[in-house]
Amino acid sequence: MKRFAQCCTEWEHTPSIHDKRDALVRYFREARDEDKLWAIALLTGNRPKRVLALPAMKEWAAEMAGIPLWLLEASVQTIGDQAETLALAVPPAKEERHFSLSHWIAFVRQTGSLSHQAQQPAIQAAWDQLGCEERFLLNKLLSGGFRLTVPQSILVSALATYSGLEETILAHRLANPWRPEELSFSEFIQFRQPQEDLSKPYPFFLAFPLEEDPEPALGDPSGWIAEWKWDGLRSQLIVRQGRLFIWSRSGELVTGKFPELHAAPDFLPDGTVLDGAILPYKDGAVAPFSMLHARLSRKSLTRTLLAETPVAFMAFDLLENGRIDLRTLPWFQRRQQLAQFMAAIDPDSGLLVSESLSFLDWSELRLLCQEARKHACDGIVLKRKASAYLEGRRKGDWWKWKTEALNILAVLIYVQQGPDRMGEPQMECTFAVWEDRRLVPIAKTGAGLTGMEQEEISAFVRQNTLERFGPVRSVKPELVFEIAFEGIQLSTRHKSGVLLRSPVIRRWHKDKSARIANTLEDLKKYI
Amino acid sequence: MPLLEFSPNGIFCAQAGVYIDPWKPVQRALLTHGHSDHARPGHQFYLCTRAAQPVIRHRLGPVSVETLGYGETTWINGVRFSFHPAGHIVGSAQVRVEYRGEVWVVSGDYKLENDGISEAFEPVPCHTFITESTFGLPVFHWKSQERVFGEINAWWQENLIQDKISVITAYALGKAQRILTGLDLSIGPVFTHPGIENVMEVIRAQGISLPPTRRLDPSLRRRDLSGGLILAPPAVAAASWLRQWKPYSLAMASGWMALRGNARRRNADRGFALSDHADWTGLNEAIKATGAQRVVVTHGYTELFSRWLESQGLEAASEKTAFEGELMDMAPPEAEVTE
Repeated sequence: MKRFAQCCTEWEHTPSIHDKRDALVRYFREARDEDKLWAIALLTGNRPKRVLALPAMKEWAAEMAGIPLWLLEASVQTIGDQAETLALAVPPAKEERHFSLSHWIAFVRQTGSLSHQAQQPAIQAAWDQLGCEERFLLNKLLSGGFRLTVPQSILVSALATYSGLEETILAHRLANPWRPEELSFSEFIQFRQPQEDLSKPYPFFLAFPLEEDPEPALGDPSGWIAEWKWDGLRSQLIVRQGRLFIWSRSGELVTGKFPELHAAPDFLPDGTVLDGAILPYKDGAVAPFSMLHARLSRKSLTRTLLAETPVAFMAFDLLENGRIDLRTLPWFQRRQQLAQFMAAIDPDSGLLVSESLSFLDWSELRLLCQEARKHACDGIVLKRKASAYLEGRRKGDWWKWKTEALNILAVLIYVQQGPDRMGEPQMECTFAVWEDRRLVPIAKTGAGLTGMEQEEISAFVRQNTLERFGPVRSVKPELVFEIAFEGIQLSTRHKSGVLLRSPVIRRWHKDKSARIANTLEDLKKYI
Repeated sequence: MPLLEFSPNGIFCAQAGVYIDPWKPVQRALLTHGHSDHARPGHQFYLCTRAAQPVIRHRLGPVSVETLGYGETTWINGVRFSFHPAGHIVGSAQVRVEYRGEVWVVSGDYKLENDGISEAFEPVPCHTFITESTFGLPVFHWKSQERVFGEINAWWQENLIQDKISVITAYALGKAQRILTGLDLSIGPVFTHPGIENVMEVIRAQGISLPPTRRLDPSLRRRDLSGGLILAPPAVAAASWLRQWKPYSLAMASGWMALRGNARRRNADRGFALSDHADWTGLNEAIKATGAQRVVVTHGYTELFSRWLESQGLEAASEKTAFEGELMDMAPPEAEVTE
């Protein structure tokens, strides 16, 4: 387990995706085979169920540390994370012993079947032979609180480097149900599944951000076509031999997450690959992506969730038709074929086709771009009419042109200093704007703060706390921040009556006082 | 009137008319050691240990400094003062104050582990012990420095394989020398930021032998440092300065690194929990060894630690000071900052 703990630490410590990936590769090279599948399971969010709550273990740790319970509790308050405090408070093991990750997973399960009285000596004995990092991990596993999840794309890429297998094949294997108890790592690597090749997607072609004005940069507008830049889950929908596969751009097989689209093989001919976006789609209209977000983060889909946020697939390109790879054809020819067979498709199928926006000159396009928000889009994509479907993010043929982010000045009113939540942002800040001389909260985010700014805010919070509500503190309304956001909608569930989309802290205005923050009235003008 | 009191200027002995580690300018100051929160400029006369004097002169310039050896005694208006090793950094001392049979000890900053450079901590029996509490929570348990050095060297070796320069931040006085003595120089050369090398020179000049280091100067390029390790002060190790050493791995050495997340929050790749302050066990052992019935707790987790001491049957009080403990820019968000 020491090696796995080390891998987690390395992962958390480096901000670089490349180094994170390397940490995984090194782990796979060095870990025992019996541990690798468990590691994959843990890192993809399949943690063992909670065996007992951390507070139940506090007395046991205090007993070993020879300290009164109040001191341990005060330490938890100070350190912020229970699992960590307990791991640190128990005196260091006289002699550390090392067992595998699978050993400790088995231990966690056995402990779950013990009586509470029997759990105490078992856990105390375990603590007594582990180093701090491993104790911490064990505490997280026991309490069901292990939360280091690794984006599948990075995991798959690391596994591919380690095993020499193709990424899509590994992604396919991960997407199918497997249990580390029933499979060995070598079986996982060696066992070929019949649909692996069938499911294979094409590499995505991605638009490059357009940073200058198209007028001189892109030349004659007649060579270009525009499409709405749909704010959804970019994916490829594949129908081959009557089977459906949906791949996300991050290389994850997400077919199971979208039952609405499972009838697609009834509508699409064999050997079809559509490129498009999965969008929340309700009552015949595209809804904001945030709705889908809630659904994507769930592990299991409930009927209510499906009813609340139905989805549709908005196709904008055709990559394979009748098993023929169309990627080298110019865009307008692919588009023609797409239009032809989408025209015949029942609108109830959940399959839609994105319209092409024609324009005469660049200024007309600029107006269109500003309208994107009204269509639940965050910009437009420009495509050269003669462009082939290339691979990756490249300059030249496809450009994305985002509508400008909106922004307001808001005042910091609540801060939640999270305990160490393994890789997630530490700090959540709530911002407010003025309404009749009162401040109403309008956004909660920690995004956009640097580590140093977090420190500075922490220092401010220490001296300016008004009240505490559990982990949340209200602070003197003094600090002013510029908050950028991508959209705004009315909401009945929020105090202010509005909901901002993707709020990000753009700047801390240290020279400004709370008085100059915007009003709710200002904000509502953006709707 | 108590023998020592906490005045707005610092810890004051009214009978002798002297201060210990005062934070406001005063006439006469006794210093426990040369760290800037204890040795401040602006006093008329200074008294410190012989071994602490060079650094204090280096930092404060041509001030009037008198020295005493460890265990030597000086009498000021009937009060007997002497310095005893605190094990914190080179020359660091506890100040023993005795008047009419009553003994107080001001321990300044201290640690119990013998680091091989600092004069090792010696418990001094007293009635009242003034202790720091920088790491006065039961979660701080230091590993032996050999183990930490082993981890540092393994990290350095690993970086060498990945062709990364190892950058480690450490306080210029104390921590930097301590790490240096623990480095395995067969791995590669050690470079020092000028802010650290200046202090190294002072320490070497007083006859303490330290492994060789090379001062970083503008003529050195990335390739000249291949496989090397840089010691830099924490304040310097900002992204703008580090950029020139890419690819590098950044580590921090501080007791605060015992807490997960502290290194990460400062964008460090590694944190080594190495401190020149006593850990939980150390604080408790030190207090016990003095036999003091009364303990005054300063800088750190003062409230919790004094409450703990009271629960152990001691008379304990907490006092505010201007001491900062260990690299306060590294304190965890919730640490109680004494100001």
